[in-house]
Amino acid sequence: MSAVAKSTAHSIVEASPRTKAFAGTLVVLYALVAILPLLWIAATAFKSQSDAIAYPPKVIFQPTLEGYVNLFTVRTRQTREFINSLPPATAWYDKLVRSHDMVIAGPSKVVPRFINSLVIGFGSTFLAVLLGTLAAYAFSRFRIPLADDLLFFILSTRMMPPVAVAIPIYLMYRQLNLTDTKIGMILLYTAVNVSLAVWLLKGFIDEIPREYEEAALVDGYTRLQALRKVVLPQAVTGIAATAIFCLIFSWNEYAFAVLLTSGDAQTMPPFIPFIIGEGGQDWPAVAAATTLFVIPIVLFTILLRKHLLRGITFGAVRK
Amino acid sequence: MTAIIHPDAPADRVGAQSPFRVARRVRGLSDRAIAWLFVAPTVALLLAINIFPLVWMIRLSFTNLNLSMSYLPLRFVGLDNYSDILTDEDLWLRLQTTAQFVISSVALQVVIGFGLALLINRQFRSHSFWTTIILLPMMLSPAVVGNFWTLLFQPQIGPFNYVVGLFTGIPPSSFSMTGEVALAPWTIVLVDTWMWAPYVMLICLAGLRSIPDYIYEAAEVDRASSLRQFWSITLPMTMPFLMLAVLFRAIENFKMFDMVNLLTSGGPGSTTELVSITLKRAAFEKWRTGYSSALAIILFVTVFGAANIYVKALNRVKQR
Repeated sequence: MSAVAKSTAHSIVEASPRTKAFAGTLVVLYALVAILPLLWIAATAFKSQSDAIAYPPKVIFQPTLEGYVNLFTVRTRQTREFINSLPPATAWYDKLVRSHDMVIAGPSKVVPRFINSLVIGFGSTFLAVLLGTLAAYAFSRFRIPLADDLLFFILSTRMMPPVAVAIPIYLMYRQLNLTDTKIGMILLYTAVNVSLAVWLLKGFIDEIPREYEEAALVDGYTRLQALRKVVLPQAVTGIAATAIFCLIFSWNEYAFAVLLTSGDAQTMPPFIPFIIGEGGQDWPAVAAATTLFVIPIVLFTILLRKHLLRGITFGAVRK
Repeated sequence: MTAIIHPDAPADRVGAQSPFRVARRVRGLSDRAIAWLFVAPTVALLLAINIFPLVWMIRLSFTNLNLSMSYLPLRFVGLDNYSDILTDEDLWLRLQTTAQFVISSVALQVVIGFGLALLINRQFRSHSFWTTIILLPMMLSPAVVGNFWTLLFQPQIGPFNYVVGLFTGIPPSSFSMTGEVALAPWTIVLVDTWMWAPYVMLICLAGLRSIPDYIYEAAEVDRASSLRQFWSITLPMTMPFLMLAVLFRAIENFKMFDMVNLLTSGGPGSTTELVSITLKRAAFEKWRTGYSSALAIILFVTVFGAANIYVKALNRVKQR
């Protein structure tokens, strides 16, 4: 009797070891296949030009930093005689470039583009989280007329097709001299991110018991003091997770960036596909840029893994 | 005095018995003032960046504005742009292409995502590590993804064709995933599924975990087969979550631009030209602002309707 009960319980709550092993194998296989493209790109970043376009594709190759050097520099092709007439190269990257009959002419645009990504990303994240926290607190704690409609309006702005949104923004920014400016992009990304921030943070703040604040109010705090000293410290994890989601959006965004910027405010996503060498895309350099661009996202994903579900469902699903 | 500054003070007096309300009335700003003060900046920003341009665009959609010919006098053409769009056979083809892309990619993602969720729900050892690995693609920039898959799909040098060649014996340089009319529509489905099947998986996993064990225990007592348990318990109870994922993916793919723009840029010919790419060409290459505003409005209305259904689904899941 007890043996039967035991085996039933086992099959219900927990899968049998064989089922588990089978499920595990399939999932691990899928994960390995899914991660392969990323590993291939990371490897391509360390290939030489000729290894990158070799047939059959090379799995084992002599690693080189050529791709990274090409990403950060602009080079010109020179004759052997000219290169020999130069003072001997001291830096390793100079030697590397000269071994291909080229000299470094200057830095490429990748660093300014990277800085644009950082400035626009952090700027819009800061504003979106600031506005979002205030609005979320109000939606969570006060009775706001038509709150549901207002929340739907806020979310619906995020779901609009970016190309369609960009048409009037383009015209408006032209009038205001905001095209291809960091301020313009920060404002635009803030508007897109604030909807996510309000929804996510409302979920987090809803979970903080009201009793804490009420106790603080009885103790003579004003609402604002109670918000600052009681609610915000409790919401820190939620605010951090929300900030990372906003940052990832701004970091990854392409449609607005490609339609509304061309130089001064261009971010990495529209820049990466146009890293070209002699004759087409410089694949090792593109792969190097992609790797550097993706590494922060990988780290953030690991940091966020407990909150991912919330983030992709606007705070509706919490587990 | 407070009554003059705070219009809602009389209402507070009604509930003055509670110490909480006394505290609120006596000190600092009233709650209503704070509520408005806190919501106003967000609403103002959205009005300035979203609603004002939208209203402007509605106006433009009734004009002949063309930015490449801005010397032409601005003329109101009534509903001409809308009737042009609705009678344009090419545009209907683009919508058809978009619909095919949405349906096939979402269907594939549901099958793979739900399947993975069922497997991961077996809670094998180190499942959370592998789950995180599987989730990576969906966190990446779609544009960067589209760009690096063009390398993987290169007929000669790309690893994709080579691996396909290894398994099937088809010469790797004999086909091009992004360059052939028959293959390109499936290529964008494939890459989109690689990116977003994890999304469906994550949401389904939450659905599976929301099913209490005792329901399965009861089914076991009733000697229901595992297939029966799947159809009568697992599937119906995960359905609200699955719907959520399907709706969101459908909306996102309906407006898909970035990944496909970099992977195939709508080609070859116009086999992968989704409606967002058409819109981008009309607005930012042909500069037909009036026409493209009208098309944008049509897309807005569609997405708005879908978003409404999505939020209803969200609220249903929230109550669980």
